[in-house]
Amino acid sequence: MADKHAKNHSRYTADRLVPGAFEGETVTRRRFMTGTAHTAGAIAAAAFTLPALGFAIGPIFKETQHHWAKAGAEDMFPDDNYVPVVVTLTPGIGEIGKSTVYVRKHNDQIDTDKYDKTTPFIAITSRCAHLGCSVRWVEAADRFICPCHGGVYDFLGVRVAGPPVRPLDRFLTRVNGQGVVEIGPRFSVNSELRRFSPRDPGEPLDGIGQYLYPSRPSERI
Amino acid sequence: MPKLPAPPIPSALKTAPPRPGETNGKVTPVDAAAEAGINVVDWVDERTSLSGAARWMMFRKVPRGTNWFYTLGSATMIAFLNQAVTGVFLAMYYRPDANGGAYESIRYITNDVFLGAFVRGMHKWGASVMVVLVFMHMGRTFFFGAYKYPRELNWVIGVVLLILTMVMGFTGYLLPFDERAYWATIVGVNINGTGPLLGPYLSDFLRAGPEFGADTLSRFYAIHMLLVPGAIAALIGAHLYLVAKLGTTAPPWMKSEPKPELRKSEA
Repeated sequence: MADKHAKNHSRYTADRLVPGAFEGETVTRRRFMTGTAHTAGAIAAAAFTLPALGFAIGPIFKETQHHWAKAGAEDMFPDDNYVPVVVTLTPGIGEIGKSTVYVRKHNDQIDTDKYDKTTPFIAITSRCAHLGCSVRWVEAADRFICPCHGGVYDFLGVRVAGPPVRPLDRFLTRVNGQGVVEIGPRFSVNSELRRFSPRDPGEPLDGIGQYLYPSRPSERI
Repeated sequence: MPKLPAPPIPSALKTAPPRPGETNGKVTPVDAAAEAGINVVDWVDERTSLSGAARWMMFRKVPRGTNWFYTLGSATMIAFLNQAVTGVFLAMYYRPDANGGAYESIRYITNDVFLGAFVRGMHKWGASVMVVLVFMHMGRTFFFGAYKYPRELNWVIGVVLLILTMVMGFTGYLLPFDERAYWATIVGVNINGTGPLLGPYLSDFLRAGPEFGADTLSRFYAIHMLLVPGAIAALIGAHLYLVAKLGTTAPPWMKSEPKPELRKSEA
């Protein structure tokens, strides 16, 4: 083992006194054999690991199909109170794909935020911005209230008490040719009601929050 | 009670008793049956040398003062084995179908299958037992100082096992697919999502998309019954190997002084 530490660092195996070295050889056959065996093993392992991993994390990058759900006739919805409507937001999984959405007509006196331009109807989700429980519109209190951890929101869905980190999410709305209000993709808002691509509950959008919790390719509007 | 004398048999008719080391030429089936177990073990051991490994694992020296607290790790492992066995058999009836089939199959297990409620109960309550035991085992290790050199790596493996146990609890909670399971999963996935930068992507991975959908349940099921149990079993193997290799510690109240007679002989 003495020659292992010898000061001979020549790139030629013959100069390093490797037994059986060829002239001009820089990699011994043994080292080459070891390398090819490891490479073949790594390629074989990658051949089943990489497709399986891609298969598992693929949904992160797959864009979901948005669809528009009918909420009801235009004159169902007043402009000073919410009407709960049950719509299917995730098709194909039965009852659990349905969710309650609170809908009212756009009110120029109340909806004065500068980001709201063309929404004919305001549709607010029933999903709490804290951890995703169901909020309830309590007309007598003029508040949305979440039973899980005490989140409270005002008429615009802006947080007034409790742990939620941002206002209630909203949905794009439109009125189709037959005068039926339709509910489209969800979007999130910050405390000034500026619009963002949909975020999950618990992700703040004020200040640094919008960068710490980026929008995802699977759900972007 | 006095015994009756044996009837007189001529000595020529008597079978000679076997000499030591001889079986008298005949092996009766009773003898063969008595030896069968030993022969099978010998046959395997001759070809594998497993008895050495078993002796290395089972017949270890343990320090003085070893007490009942040292059984918490084994108790945790038994709890895991209980989860594994009952889980395998629950999988024979369970259907990960988000469109009502999962709930219906759980209802069928609980109400109709023979011993179904019992086996499901063992799995459900055993899960809580396992979490409690993991924490007690962890507390024992911490308070006895058994995480110190050279056992730090075993502490690290144990913490990974704790996390995997939590993952098992989280993914298993969804499988009954009732209201509680659904909402607990919604809240749990959203808590995962509050991790900065990677949190939203982790949520997408867990739900197989931006919303809780049909694939979420089958994904949780696969994680719950294939991915994590395999990892837990492998890590328990590594954990036990290190326990056998490094030995266990004495309780902190035991003095490390040598015995008086040993001290005397040294002097």
